[in-house]
Amino acid sequence: MNWASKWEVFWQTLSGEFYRNLFFEGLLNTIKIAVIGLIIGIVIGTIIAVVKVMPKYKALPRVLDKICEVYVALFRGTPMVVQLLVAYYVLLPALGVKGVEAVKVGVIVFGMNSGAYVSEIMRSGINSVDKGQMEAGRALGLGYAVTMLKIVIPQAVKNILPTLGNEFITLIKETSVLSFITVYDLYTALGAIGSKNYDKVMPYLFMAAIYIVLVLIITFMIKGLEKVMAKSDRKKAGI
Amino acid sequence: MNSENQPLISVKNLTKKFDDTTVLENISIDIYKGEKVVVIGPSGSGKSTFLRCLNCMEDPSGGSIIFDGVDIADMKVDINKHREHIGMVFQQFNLFNNKTIIRNITLAPVYFGIKRLRAAKCKNFFTKIENIFKKNKKPLIEINTTEKQIKEEADKKAMALLHRIGLEDKANVYPSTLSGGQKQRVAIVRALAMNPKVMLFDEPTSALDPEMVGEVLDLIKELANEGMTMVIVTHEMGFAREIATRVLFMADKGIAEQGTPEEIFEHPQNPRTIQFLNAVL
Ligand SMILES: Nc1ncnc2c1ncn2[C@@H]1O[C@H](COP(=O)(O)OP(=O)(O)OP(=O)(O)O)[C@@H](O)[C@H]1O
Ligand SMILES: [Mg+2]
Repeated sequence: MNWASKWEVFWQTLSGEFYRNLFFEGLLNTIKIAVIGLIIGIVIGTIIAVVKVMPKYKALPRVLDKICEVYVALFRGTPMVVQLLVAYYVLLPALGVKGVEAVKVGVIVFGMNSGAYVSEIMRSGINSVDKGQMEAGRALGLGYAVTMLKIVIPQAVKNILPTLGNEFITLIKETSVLSFITVYDLYTALGAIGSKNYDKVMPYLFMAAIYIVLVLIITFMIKGLEKVMAKSDRKKAGI
Repeated sequence: MNSENQPLISVKNLTKKFDDTTVLENISIDIYKGEKVVVIGPSGSGKSTFLRCLNCMEDPSGGSIIFDGVDIADMKVDINKHREHIGMVFQQFNLFNNKTIIRNITLAPVYFGIKRLRAAKCKNFFTKIENIFKKNKKPLIEINTTEKQIKEEADKKAMALLHRIGLEDKANVYPSTLSGGQKQRVAIVRALAMNPKVMLFDEPTSALDPEMVGEVLDLIKELANEGMTMVIVTHEMGFAREIATRVLFMADKGIAEQGTPEEIFEHPQNPRTIQFLNAVL
């Protein structure tokens, strides 16, 4: 079979209702898990980062700091696949939880995993903001948390936007292991087509192409977002 | 408690250590309403640290800072409530980079306005529930404003302040587009928007190009003439002489000498003061 006919066969199979639906469900799951995972990751990461940079006079911040340290070590020290497997096949049964959709487990594990990485990114972002910003807020009588939320974190996010974009791209790519816990991902449909047609070339090249397109779209969106966020560096607001 | 001849800020035996190094030792001083206290002294003598202890930006290691009858050095007091009434202006301006000029000015007033409004509403809600079960109804807190009104009033006030410093046209731009002098004038009116009882300035003109020093000093002088109580750390001796009602010379972890501008600049007594003035004048 030459390339053209291989493509022909692959495309025909993919166009069929069953595989088409399977493919789009996989694509949707990939995007859903990466996007929601990133959002959860940003929330968890920001909380950990704030705990890390908080003044540690009192006992509570010190205890929280230790907890966060363990959390980060745990999630950075193991591969995502292992985290997914442990969550789905070890933790859920051990806790006696039944009937949780694999997609939900995927979202939560992706979110928690991402939180560990985002916390480091966010911490460097917070540290990159001039100390004077926090001082000015505190001098006006605003509390630590309020100043953090309204002044420091928005500026930190702006500084780390490119790095956060990379984290999003990493998450998108890591979705390729979701089938380990029975989530329908891009591999589910394309791998099945490969087995059916005895041709793995086209499905896997197609899979690579889909990931590249997704990553390019994200890169493009991040660039756009950076431009919008950079407006506070420009001459006038809103122009 | 707050009679006219009681000090606005009363510093008692203030000591400040960074780890093991003592920077300030046993400083006591009363600052009265309407005073313009200028702090001078060699670099590293603890002028900034002293100023920052006055609103507990640095927590004193010992002693007390009585402001409005409350010891704000006590870690148990809600320091934020008191800092509202103590304006502070920094050498590096520290305008909020992610906020437009007008939002820089309205941020804190709107935040506190809305916080108080919500607290009052919350309290009234519980009073109402209590009143259901009671014969003699408790009165509700009178609320005669809305969040929208609070924001509008803050905007109006901010625009008036910007008008005062001739920067109304900059209301909606971000700080990065302003000159140093403009930034510092905005920083001053940002503090003014909270109606502070006292203003603390830490070398407000040291980071400015020489041609911008004048506009900032003029604004501070204006405030001084209107009766604002001030504590100013500065290296501008001419300005210090002109504006001060009292000059503090800091050296050796404390106030080495203090007096009227005439006393300090014309007839300094302490050899450290004489040496310092000879070097800078
Ligand atoms: N956060 C800090 N940690 C440790 N040491 C500090 C800290 N802040 C100030 N110091 C030390 O305290 C001393 C007094 O500093 P301070 O900034 O109050 O002096 P200053 O009179 O304002 O000097 P300058 O005229 O240079 O501004 C200095 O020796 C300084 O190194
Ligand atoms: Mg200083």
